[in-house]
Amino acid sequence: MATNEYDAIVIGSGISGGWAAKELTEKGLKVLMLERGKNIEHIKDYQNAHKEDWDYPHRDLPTQKMKLDYPVLKRDYPLNEKTLGMWANEKENPYTEDKRFDWFRGYHVGGRSLLWGRQSYRLNKEDFEANAKEGIAVDWPIRYEDLAPWYDYVEKFAGISGNRDGLDVLPDGIYQPPMPMNIVEETVAARVKEAFKGTRHILHGRTSNMTKGKPEEGRVHCQYRNKCWLGCPFGGYFSTQASTLPAAVKTGNLTLRPFSIVKEILFNKDKQRATGVEIIDAETNQTYVFKSKIIFVNASALNSAWVLMNSATDVWEGGLGSSSGELGHNVMDHHFRVGASAEVEGFDDKYTYGRRPSGFYVPRFRNWGDDKRDYLRGFGYQGSASRSGWRKDIAEMGIGAGLKDAISEPGPWTIGMTAFGEMLPHHDNRIYLNKKVTDKWGLPVLAMDVEIKENELKMRKDMQQDAVDMFEAAGLKNVQGWDATYAPGMGIHEMGTARMGRDPKTSVLNAHNQVWDAPNVFVTDGAAMTSGSCVNPSLTYMALTARAADFAVEELKRGNL
Amino acid sequence: MERRALLKLIATATGTAMFAGNALAYENLRPVPLSATLFTGEDVALFNEMAEVIIPQTDTPGAKAANVGQTMAVLVTDCYTPLLQKTFKEGVATINTLCQSKYNKAFLQLDMQQREALFNELDVEAKAANLANRVWQGVETGKPSQWEPGTDEPTPHYFTLLKQLTLYCFFTSQVGATKVLRYISIPGKYDGNVPYKKGDKAWAT
Repeated sequence: MATNEYDAIVIGSGISGGWAAKELTEKGLKVLMLERGKNIEHIKDYQNAHKEDWDYPHRDLPTQKMKLDYPVLKRDYPLNEKTLGMWANEKENPYTEDKRFDWFRGYHVGGRSLLWGRQSYRLNKEDFEANAKEGIAVDWPIRYEDLAPWYDYVEKFAGISGNRDGLDVLPDGIYQPPMPMNIVEETVAARVKEAFKGTRHILHGRTSNMTKGKPEEGRVHCQYRNKCWLGCPFGGYFSTQASTLPAAVKTGNLTLRPFSIVKEILFNKDKQRATGVEIIDAETNQTYVFKSKIIFVNASALNSAWVLMNSATDVWEGGLGSSSGELGHNVMDHHFRVGASAEVEGFDDKYTYGRRPSGFYVPRFRNWGDDKRDYLRGFGYQGSASRSGWRKDIAEMGIGAGLKDAISEPGPWTIGMTAFGEMLPHHDNRIYLNKKVTDKWGLPVLAMDVEIKENELKMRKDMQQDAVDMFEAAGLKNVQGWDATYAPGMGIHEMGTARMGRDPKTSVLNAHNQVWDAPNVFVTDGAAMTSGSCVNPSLTYMALTARAADFAVEELKRGNL
Repeated sequence: MERRALLKLIATATGTAMFAGNALAYENLRPVPLSATLFTGEDVALFNEMAEVIIPQTDTPGAKAANVGQTMAVLVTDCYTPLLQKTFKEGVATINTLCQSKYNKAFLQLDMQQREALFNELDVEAKAANLANRVWQGVETGKPSQWEPGTDEPTPHYFTLLKQLTLYCFFTSQVGATKVLRYISIPGKYDGNVPYKKGDKAWAT
């Protein structure tokens, strides 16, 4: 069946899947991109994008019904009216928790590229070497230099705004001008720099919100509405819809099929190659087979592992890529929700204009250079300063005109920052197929068995105290450290379930993201990460994907796949 | 740049090629009619009058002009747990009982001074009650108490609930956000160093 045959199949349409589709179609391959959820067309389907707060019937508050419908989502901020419908239906798509795991999933075209934090940082040289130096897990099979040109490549196309700060800990990229800091952030940054003699830095956030338009791609610079999660009708930030999908569509080589749940990758054990995929149409429950020469697995870290675990089980009981014993293991996230806040005096005559969808960034300084701690690795901070608005503390205010006036004016300047810490890869932090529980389509679900351990718990003490120290050193008032506690998954940075490595006995993927046991299958999302670094990971998935796609097409030409 | 011009500029963006799917992901939530709430038009009118005491019309519109009573009815019905609903409803009834015992009148028959006197007392009483009952969470901000289904801790004082609802429903309303606070739908830029003088209104969001 000619229509069911493609050069390449891409499983998933999020940040990395979109990149795979773009790169492969632009190199001339006929590509089928499969998405398990519904379609969302750029601009047309962003139906809340121009709504205002008063247009939501419950003013964005979750209802009791929403809380019952989304028992996981309600554990943190994502449950609200504005993005309702953009998170996986928890009743149709259950999972089980040996230990608490908060899994926030976007099952639709674009995936979480429509729901991401947009902070875009490169891993540094040390990030790629630390495992080997410290004897943790396995060594990355690549180094910073291998990925650097691909970071350049994806940054330029995605449109990242940021400052080039010249620090080894946070390698500079190809940036549009940064989003400005406000006067208070600039002031605190200068004080921190002086107080810590240049060992700690408050920098401009680096974000995929553009400060310059890309008219050739139909994208306008950020309009400072801070409504990114509603889909940006200006294409102001990187998403599949705004960026990679139009590029792939333009080639005429892309077929996008929503409502396509990949059940398994089909495997020919004589040739040791995948031959295609079997899908279930989520609407009709019918199964279809699609054939291809290569397959890119970009279903998000945990679901990519799920697809592999459910494939070629007649050859390997644990699924495709399980021969190493590492498939589904080494789950990582970034642990966070700990930091400090403070009041800033002396700027009552200053205010801001516009709703900046980014803030400042403090790159890692622990276990860096001469600094040595009783734990490994480190953390960075994200934060911002602002004047409080009507939601301010009203404890001392009564009622009536006095209350109304007081609450209608901006309050004091406050500054806050939250640490994002690296989580070490542990073999026993794992996910596995729970065949006793099935989803709406009768497929086994994932069981989560992940926890943070001693290294992370030690690190969290610094994550709080260092923030307090920095604000106190900057002379701020009412400095308060806080730890709102963390459960794995909350960072929405799942990684590591099909790690890259140098040895098929201890890793699932090789240096080019090929599954050791099926070299025409590439996994280039968070699953591939050998270690987690402490920086936001999506930019690295983009770079890994572009690099692997380039390699895949060369290998196809050479007849090696 | 004007919003219209911007929209025109981005209208050139390409569509997608596909052969399935037209259900929308972002849910288009419709207004909740009063008939779907626990309350009547009379209740809404009473909530509006009570809210107006907390956020009165001054040289800018007050709670009644924003019809916060309608939104309160919806939020209490859909966002509150049954226990919070009970506290709120009994609280409104208690206010009327207090009016009868103090003034021998219903709340709506009191003049503004009497209403203010009563609510000032209740505000003090509410703070003391929350303290005594060790109710800390969220009672000091203008955001309605957000309880999980099945929660049965001591509720905040009913007047605290009324005040939270009033502030939240008012400042998230179009009237509150644009006539009392300031709001610009598409700022277009960010400036982190704008002069401010006392009396300038805060941004709504």
